[in-house]
Amino acid sequence: MSKYHPTAKQKIRVLVAKPGLDGHDRGAKVVARALRDAGMEVIYTGLRQTPEMIAEAALQEDVDVIGLSVLSGAHTVLLPRIVELLRQNDMSDVLVIAGGIIPDEDVPLLKEAGVHGTFGPGTLTEDIVKFIQEHVRE
Amino acid sequence: MELVEAALAGNRRAIARLITRIENDGDDAHASLSQIYPYTGQAHIVGITGAPGTGKSTLVNELAKAFRAANRQVGVIAVDPTSPFSGGAILGDRVRMRDLAGDSGVFVRSMATRGSLGGLARATADAIKVLDAAGFEVVIVETVGAGQSEVEIAETAHTVVVVEAPGMGDEVQAIKAGILEIADVFAVNKADREGADRTAAALEMMLDLDQTPSSQTRSASRIVIHHGQLMEVAQHPPHSTATGPDVPNDVSASRRWRPIVVKTIALRGDGIPELIQAIADHRQYLETSNELAHRNRIRLTNELEHILRDELMDQLLKKIDPSILVSLMTQVADRELDPYTAARQLLKNSYKGKRQRRSGDA
Amino acid sequence: MFDQSKLDETRQARDKWQETTLRQTTDHRPERADKFITISGEPVNRLYTPADLSDYDYMRDLGFPGEYPYARGIHATGYRGKLWTMRMFAGFGTAEETNQRFKYLLEQGQTGLSIAFDLPTLYGYDPDAPEALGEFGKCGVAVSSMADMEILLEGIPLDHITTSMTINSPAAVIWAMYIATAERRGIPKDKLGGTTQNDILKEYIAQKEYIFPPKPSMRLVVDTFEYGSQYLPKWNTISISGYHIREAGSTAAQELAFTLADGFEYIRWGIERGLDVDDFAPRLSFFFNAHNDFFEEIAKYRAARRIWAREMKETFGAKNPRSWMLRFHTQTAGVSLTAQQPENNTARVAIQALAAVLGGTQSLHTNSMDEALALPSEMAARVALRTQQIIAHESNVANTVDPLAGSYFVEAMTNHLEAQANEYFERIEKLGGVIPAIEAGFFQREIADAAYRYQHEIDTHQRTIVGVNDYVSNEPLSVPILEMDPQGYERQIVRLERVRNERDNSATQAALKRLQDAARDNANLMPPILEAVHSYATLGEVMGVFRRVFGEYREPVIV
Repeated sequence: MSKYHPTAKQKIRVLVAKPGLDGHDRGAKVVARALRDAGMEVIYTGLRQTPEMIAEAALQEDVDVIGLSVLSGAHTVLLPRIVELLRQNDMSDVLVIAGGIIPDEDVPLLKEAGVHGTFGPGTLTEDIVKFIQEHVRE
Repeated sequence: MELVEAALAGNRRAIARLITRIENDGDDAHASLSQIYPYTGQAHIVGITGAPGTGKSTLVNELAKAFRAANRQVGVIAVDPTSPFSGGAILGDRVRMRDLAGDSGVFVRSMATRGSLGGLARATADAIKVLDAAGFEVVIVETVGAGQSEVEIAETAHTVVVVEAPGMGDEVQAIKAGILEIADVFAVNKADREGADRTAAALEMMLDLDQTPSSQTRSASRIVIHHGQLMEVAQHPPHSTATGPDVPNDVSASRRWRPIVVKTIALRGDGIPELIQAIADHRQYLETSNELAHRNRIRLTNELEHILRDELMDQLLKKIDPSILVSLMTQVADRELDPYTAARQLLKNSYKGKRQRRSGDA
Repeated sequence: MFDQSKLDETRQARDKWQETTLRQTTDHRPERADKFITISGEPVNRLYTPADLSDYDYMRDLGFPGEYPYARGIHATGYRGKLWTMRMFAGFGTAEETNQRFKYLLEQGQTGLSIAFDLPTLYGYDPDAPEALGEFGKCGVAVSSMADMEILLEGIPLDHITTSMTINSPAAVIWAMYIATAERRGIPKDKLGGTTQNDILKEYIAQKEYIFPPKPSMRLVVDTFEYGSQYLPKWNTISISGYHIREAGSTAAQELAFTLADGFEYIRWGIERGLDVDDFAPRLSFFFNAHNDFFEEIAKYRAARRIWAREMKETFGAKNPRSWMLRFHTQTAGVSLTAQQPENNTARVAIQALAAVLGGTQSLHTNSMDEALALPSEMAARVALRTQQIIAHESNVANTVDPLAGSYFVEAMTNHLEAQANEYFERIEKLGGVIPAIEAGFFQREIADAAYRYQHEIDTHQRTIVGVNDYVSNEPLSVPILEMDPQGYERQIVRLERVRNERDNSATQAALKRLQDAARDNANLMPPILEAVHSYATLGEVMGVFRRVFGEYREPVIV
């Protein structure tokens, strides 16, 4: 079918969500805008998302990437649970990245659980864009 | 075509992937659509449009909940604009639809316009087909709502709900946005705000004016305007497509649909039963008046025309030497050539190109 | 403030300087940038002179310390009489753990308590609610019923110290638990001093820890104003907060304007309730951020005091000078802290804290260097407190009142911020006031735009952040991370179960029923809330009543 329309081509689709209760959405919003400006389609689901809601939205929206922002310290519980639900939905090929207050000592645990990248305070958005472009499934 | 079969069986992962495939317009999209087409035509397609800030997404959330309470499977497609600068988009309608999470009878999909104007994405109509074929009985389509003329939804949906909210300026926004005439139902949302009664009364008055006997011709022209020249196609169907049920040439005044005005407070769920009833009444009208077949036909003819136009354009562009295209464009930009002559030259050129390529292939 | 002929003379001299000395210098060495801006993006001139303050009137614009319009501070003697209150925000895990941290901080010379609550508490959920998954004790202490409050405050002299509680949606309930705990220990209500944050408007605008729609939320806030003005004269019933607005990415001017606009909104609601403005306005306090832009921050605090005083006197007709005084707490900017080279944060915090002191803050929290990584460890919290003590006792900046007054730059900046705030007040007014502006997403969009602009400046190296986009080094981190009691959650659940089993359940249910009736009615909710917490109703139960009666708020989508 027609390919002449320059915008009607494959886009990287990213779900940006805040699991758990913390309401600090500055980082999630800045990253959402930066990804949009890098040409991606960002499904922004906003605050107070349970792992189940996130996994379901990822499935319905058929996203390539899930970006999760947690500043409350609940990441060690919430992130592995989300990855597990993705696995149950046969979506293990989705790239999962996380940002927020994540101590270095928790990173191996999250990597082990299936979180592909973590980005703490002071991350440049261009580094997140680059990481997605390099690691997203073909 | 495992994916299509799984989607038809209602597998949610397959439905999602199939929509992506269609959205990305890949080579297999066409084949998949051919395969699901026989299973479409069952769903009631409800369009929701209106200016920004009127509360469309919240209303969709409430409507979907109400349809679910009546045990109907609901698909939702929410369209947001693509940034013309980056080609990216932020799709935020799910934020308002969190009540729908966790219900396997609902499927929500966000779509970016990807350059299409008119309030929907190019692939929206096809995404609706996927949900329709997968067994969703109601498909709600929320348009961009950018305030521009979003008339595309009138060609896509069976029932169009135009959402208004008081207190956003003096006039009825739908007039400003040019979408007044496409409404089958008006929802005056945020009805607890000051001015809601005034907005509702203004709408009723406009509808009353539209119902006077002398507006008979206007009524006919109404359809003509909304569905472009296609009304003529429907009135004088070409033999090749005249296989459907007879299309009424004219809807008599007594049977004509008068849009219903419903006041809602979506945040509290107020007025939702009335809105659902109005949508059901319209559906009933469509069925009993034969207007449903009429609308379906217009819609499909329209769609066929769009596809034809796209395909022709595609074929045409393949045949045109890009250097000629660029040189003509430059001439047009420099005012050395007018665009009409340029287009004609390109067309002439393409036929030549065809012959040349043929001989070259041989 | 300057006479006209002197001003003209100055202007001429300045022009001459520009033609001669300045030109020679810039010809020889151009400046580092074409334009210099504050962290908020506001232009900063090369030089400020009396010409920048041409229509300045000392008595009108500054006045004397302790007098209207309070630009020079609310105390006649500044910090010469009493230093600011060093109040470190603390709380994590169980009530037992936090109680120990409080005692430690008091031993280290801290002069007031500041309680951080965990997220389930902030959202009014019991820790075993499904929504609370993974959040117990993470950002603060869990208080699920009065039983926890009793442990939290054990051994702390509630009639001698003041306590600040960072709690918003459930503020009335947590406050009731604090009052009830004191009453059980025989301390009368009117002896209690402290602050409940209780600022719901900034939750919709920035921090997003709202539960109910704005109107019932505001009713709860005004109920506490009314109750406090009658029974707890020493309690600040609200701390109107710009802190979170700034953390969410606003500029200094937005922080100033949105916070004061919120303040005026609370005043309007109080007056509408039928309260005399002078009965409740003196108990309104403020809470600002201290970010890196040193002079802009100082100007912000000074402008805030002046705007508040004028509006309270002229628009709201307050007669009591205490109603005109803007008293505020300050916290250094959490967002300015970096995970990279966290030791550097100590220097950032010191600069920010100094700005707060030079701006005349009443109390101060200094962030710990490790907060970009995790909750502060004891060592990091101690260094942060020591930073304040060094400013107080070694730098000598507290020896004179408002030392920066009369600085051409600081006064020009103060005026500029005031003008920017006035512009915002007009825009908010045009939108129909604070609550309609919240519902339209106005504040949220302004803040998101500013946050994105700031990040863009860092991404594109227009702005240097040491250790982040320049002076980067990849040394391993050396900050010890706080360890929490791994059995804390289980112990909390056990205690909660015990509370539910051992209380007189029929009394609890009756109290909750009366609370529900009162919520449906228009009565002040503080008495039935107090009754419910006295009967050991859990936080989740009390807030559950309100959730049913008031419904839950959905925010507009602003990205």
